[in-house]
Amino acid sequence: MTATGATAVSHDVPNPSAESPALLLRGVRKAFADVVAVDRLDLEVARAECFGLLGPNGAGKTTTIEICEGLTAPDEGTVELLGLNWHSHADELRQRIGVQLQETQFPDKLSVEEVLLLFRSFFRHGISVDESIRTAQLEEKRAARVGTLSGGQKQRIAMACALVGAPELLFLDEPTTGLDPQARRHLWDLVDQLKQAGRTIILTTHYMEEAERLCDRVAIMDHGRVLALATPQQLIASIGGEHIVEFAFTPHDHENTAPDIAMLTAIPGVQSHRTVAGLHQLSVRELHTAVPRIFAELGRQGLHLSEFRTHSATLEDVFVGLTGRNLRDE
Amino acid sequence: MNKLQRSSLYQLSITRFRLTLREPEAIFWVFIFPILLAVGLGIAFRNRPADVLQVAATTPQLTRALAADNGLAASTMDQPAGSRALANGSILLLAIQQPDGIIYQFDDTNPDARTARLLADRALQTAAGRHNPVPSTDRLVHEPGSRYIDFVVPGLLGMNLMGSAIWGIGFSIVEARQKKLLKRLVASPMRRWQFLAAYLIARLTLLVLEVVAFLGFARLIFGVPFRGSLWQLAVLCVLASLSFSALGLLISSRARTMEAASGLMNLVMLPMWILSGVFFSASRFPAVLQPIVRALPLTAAIDALRANMLQGMSLQHLLAPIAVLLAWLVVPFAVSLRIFRWR
Repeated sequence: MTATGATAVSHDVPNPSAESPALLLRGVRKAFADVVAVDRLDLEVARAECFGLLGPNGAGKTTTIEICEGLTAPDEGTVELLGLNWHSHADELRQRIGVQLQETQFPDKLSVEEVLLLFRSFFRHGISVDESIRTAQLEEKRAARVGTLSGGQKQRIAMACALVGAPELLFLDEPTTGLDPQARRHLWDLVDQLKQAGRTIILTTHYMEEAERLCDRVAIMDHGRVLALATPQQLIASIGGEHIVEFAFTPHDHENTAPDIAMLTAIPGVQSHRTVAGLHQLSVRELHTAVPRIFAELGRQGLHLSEFRTHSATLEDVFVGLTGRNLRDE
Repeated sequence: MNKLQRSSLYQLSITRFRLTLREPEAIFWVFIFPILLAVGLGIAFRNRPADVLQVAATTPQLTRALAADNGLAASTMDQPAGSRALANGSILLLAIQQPDGIIYQFDDTNPDARTARLLADRALQTAAGRHNPVPSTDRLVHEPGSRYIDFVVPGLLGMNLMGSAIWGIGFSIVEARQKKLLKRLVASPMRRWQFLAAYLIARLTLLVLEVVAFLGFARLIFGVPFRGSLWQLAVLCVLASLSFSALGLLISSRARTMEAASGLMNLVMLPMWILSGVFFSASRFPAVLQPIVRALPLTAAIDALRANMLQGMSLQHLLAPIAVLLAWLVVPFAVSLRIFRWR
């Protein structure tokens, strides 16, 4: 077989539009019964980009990615992958994309190698089964039955099946959901390698640290819409401060527990204030000068702190800022 | 990796084959169970020498006359004791001496009792001096082909063809759908017809093994006859298996859970186990039911298998059951291709 490297991709059909974006969605809408899962979505993903759809469960991420994968037909709108569409180029597209779905269970009684031989046989071109096993770091499990694999290993075999056709465009739907932290880092390393090899990757996740770590650009989704779309750094910068100060009060008898917000936001370096689940949050630019002033102001207002902490701003804070909810509330 | 290994049809078929053979329960139901059933039925219905029938009479003279017949074992008892013995089944007939003749007391709905009545009357009339106007002698035959085991083996074969096709195809398709494997496969460039064709290829390969094992056993242990042509028997087995596979495909074309599929399979197969003449002739059902019974694929399969094996009939005389099987192949296959749920 033609054992092309992970980076090399060859085709019988010359690519008609090498300059077209890897993925282009225009006005895509999909409703199930009376629930609008995806609401007039526009997205454009460049070649060799790692693009993340971040949002809570039920935000429409999976529906969006399944529309891209050709598994779900949108009610409205156009979908183009690599300059091709699902109506006229379905067979060609399936040869050129790699897919990892959320809940695929491969047959327990097949070995890792047998599963990959099966999937490899569907593709005209691709990497060898050996190479896919090596890439997914399953060498020691090659002859093991799928039923004996750990959760992380099962995700990696799903990844190997997505890679075995040497796809130009790779879709990963919640690749690390349900994995322990070590298995998750393991999978992140694998995605890093693929990025370095120049693959276009589109992934969904509800872990903000995953999106921050892996993605060149992130679309934050909620209720089927994109609320914000930029690089993780730009998104974090958009909330105004690199740091978040969080605090709460002990309600003492006959004491005021509501701080004077206007006085707090007037402190130099404090950009904004919001309350999430009883916790006050301030976006702060210069922590070392702002924090003593915040303490002083709270003391002046006669409030008893029960909690006080700071952290660097993350995409979680961006999501909270956009929706007023935590990512993992649902 | 050679060319064969790179063929997706080969990989899909070999995958099906592996998954079937790695399922110990499937091996039991397909290979062991029909043989166990044949052994059990062969023992239960083995041909025994004609039974000696227990009878009684109220006088010793009558008892002696009855005992003169080889087919009867006679004892003497008075009328009340005889009635009790009749009631508990320890005798089949009581001959009561009357001044003007003999009364036979017996249950005429019991075939053995009716036989005892004929034997007893013959013995007593002969003892009283009757001569047969026409001389007659018996010639006894115990021929393979007319025994119960000969009748039931084609029935069990048909039942096995149905069960292995419907279970084998139905459960694995629904399991693949439930575990989202089907969805993953259609997201790949797999040809959908190859996925279904692989089931048929694996089924027909296993069919050879299971039919040869079962019929070989029936031949070696029970001497069940094969009076028709063997290749025509093979054609009938393949046709029946394909029809049942189409039915299995139809059953599994929409079901999302194993429970739903299991219920549907029982709904489809249970009536056929009862109505299609596996263990006794389907013609015993009333005439109103016959059109339904005849239209069932298992009835058609078993009728054709029996006609081939026991009567040596050739295919051109079996057009009716073949037409029924073909209809059950084409219609469910066409319908399931239309309604099949790939995700």
